[in-house]
Amino acid sequence: MRMQLARDELLAAYRLMKTIRVFEERVNLEMATGDIPGAVHLYAGQEASAVGICLHLDDQDRIASTHRGHGHSIAKGCDPEGMMAEIFGRATGTCRGKGGSMHIADLDKGMLGANGIVGGAPPIACGAALAAKCRKTHGVAVAFTGDGGINQGTTAESLNLARVWDLPVIFVVEDNGFAEATSSSWAVAGDILKRAEGYGIPAERVDGLDFFAVHEAGRRAISRARDGAGPTLLQIVLPRYYGHFSGDADTYRTAEEKEAMRKEQDCLTVFRARVIDAALLEPAQLDEIDATVDRLIDEAVQAARAAPRPVPEQVATDVYVRYI
Amino acid sequence: MPQKSTRQALNEALRHEMQRDANVIVLGEDVAGGKGAQGEQDAWGGAFGVTKGLLGEFGSERVMDTPITESAFVGAAAGAAMTGLRPVVEIMFVDFLGVCFDQIFNQAAKFRYMFGGKAVTPMVIRTTFGAGSGSASQHSQTLYPIFTHIPGLKVVVPSNPYDAKGLLIEAIRDDDPVIFLENKIIYDDLGEVPDNAYIVPFGEANILREGTDVTIIALGRMTKLAAQAAATLADQGIECSLLDPRTTSPLDEDTILEFAEETGRVVVVDEAYPRCGMAADIAALIAEKAFDALQAPIIKVTPPHAPVPYAPELEAAFLPSVERIEDAVRKVYGHGR
Ligand SMILES: Cc1ncc(C[n+]2csc(CCOP(=O)(O)OP(=O)(O)O)c2C)c(N)n1
Repeated sequence: MRMQLARDELLAAYRLMKTIRVFEERVNLEMATGDIPGAVHLYAGQEASAVGICLHLDDQDRIASTHRGHGHSIAKGCDPEGMMAEIFGRATGTCRGKGGSMHIADLDKGMLGANGIVGGAPPIACGAALAAKCRKTHGVAVAFTGDGGINQGTTAESLNLARVWDLPVIFVVEDNGFAEATSSSWAVAGDILKRAEGYGIPAERVDGLDFFAVHEAGRRAISRARDGAGPTLLQIVLPRYYGHFSGDADTYRTAEEKEAMRKEQDCLTVFRARVIDAALLEPAQLDEIDATVDRLIDEAVQAARAAPRPVPEQVATDVYVRYI
Repeated sequence: MPQKSTRQALNEALRHEMQRDANVIVLGEDVAGGKGAQGEQDAWGGAFGVTKGLLGEFGSERVMDTPITESAFVGAAAGAAMTGLRPVVEIMFVDFLGVCFDQIFNQAAKFRYMFGGKAVTPMVIRTTFGAGSGSASQHSQTLYPIFTHIPGLKVVVPSNPYDAKGLLIEAIRDDDPVIFLENKIIYDDLGEVPDNAYIVPFGEANILREGTDVTIIALGRMTKLAAQAAATLADQGIECSLLDPRTTSPLDEDTILEFAEETGRVVVVDEAYPRCGMAADIAALIAEKAFDALQAPIIKVTPPHAPVPYAPELEAAFLPSVERIEDAVRKVYGHGR
């Protein structure tokens, strides 16, 4: 396995993964205070996927995400403070309090939105890839979807369209084994890789605990897309630490199963061990990141709590664009 | 009579009909829940727990989880309905029906007519709607006007536990495709619900209150807000009638017109978007057929023409409120006096 990343890249990767983890654990805590409206779908456990892919992308490149979008947003460069404010429903949020957890977006960062609709992202990513191709920006687009989303008609249609139009798009299927309470071993017929291959799209299965494996597979897929060779599908196998959403009692998994998962399937622990064993980074450097990230997220929560709330008059703004 | 929640009432309706008719099946995402997982069977009973316990009683051949493939399983329900089964499909949020409009609008809704009246499509799509839970634009819409617009579909909007049970039993026994819309905010509301199977017929408005001054027509959860407004207004000397149409297709035009004519003053309260919505439709009906009796312009109380926002302050500003209903009633009451 290649680990040819510069030290600052390794530090950046760890910082992003850690930021996602702490962000999610904190949102989980804050959720319990009752100050966050609606529900959240937490990404904890899946960090290596978002970060391994998004580190290859710049602001010109676009991603379209899922209902579990916090991790993708952070990995793509969205500001955790703006995201936290959005989740708290504040006027300073990334979407001015109109979208919430499930709709976080930052177009300047190439983040085209989390999505409340399963299967919503793949067509949008195809569109972004089409725009990149037509406008010759050399940009690529990534569609994040789950093992549940892979079954949606929109995803199947997008795979076909991506090949027919040879779009610079990467389909990242985050397979955490479940769609809500339903397991992918039951709900996904056949093999996800073979589905892609059936459309003539190269596909790889990747260990989502291994940041380096994801990063490397992402590099291959993204450079193929940039070189005009069209779409790729990556099936990234990873755990989901929390229930499907913040109100899910998660009774379809046993307590032991969940405990073992957190202990044995932690992409951050794996990353730490790998870089320390290979003498690429010092434990102290990682500890320092841990501390700064804790502070950053704490500040984000404080800022969100202190932020102004939207005013009722804003309820009917942003419906149409006005031309003056 | 025993007090039951809307959730319980719906669960009982499903149980009664599944016991009565082996052709009734239930399908949808996680309606059993935990399919293929180690954990407890029947873990979810649907996202809102309405189908909980049915798997244990009727088995996985009649309570079927589905992959996330709405076009396929809603369409499959239409096909199965046309060929002998009576499927009840659960779609967690009405917003998700956007994925499979073709199967509803162009397929299920059209079979009977297109095939010269020779086909029946006895299927029910149960789904949730409504704002107020902080679920934002893609999980909060009130979309019954869209379905009401399509001939061939029956559209049901229960507002309380008693109606929910009786209307769902009627829906399952009906031979047409029925869109059954449950406001997610009323699942825990309690009301008197008999243990036996009974029906509430389609196309018959519920008269919740009779008064001689103003007629309020409200749907779903809005009936509760309207009832509150009517009670306050009565203290102030304005006597309102309150009608809940219960089904938007068929619509009980006769009762609506009768009450509109009696008071000559009408307020329509609807949680759906204002343009081409039920409030507009009902107002137009009254303006067309009871114009001579009207003593004031009809007022619609609806959200603004905007998607449903996330932040609680915005969501509150979006939804019709008791105060807005009271203001509207006072305005039509005072008009021309
Ligand atoms: C069209 C549509 N159908 C159903 C849902 C409800 N829903 C939200 S997330 C989800 C499960 C998605 O599973 P998966 O794609 O595997 O992603 P994961 O939650 O595992 O990250 C479902 C069924 C939805 N949001 N949109």
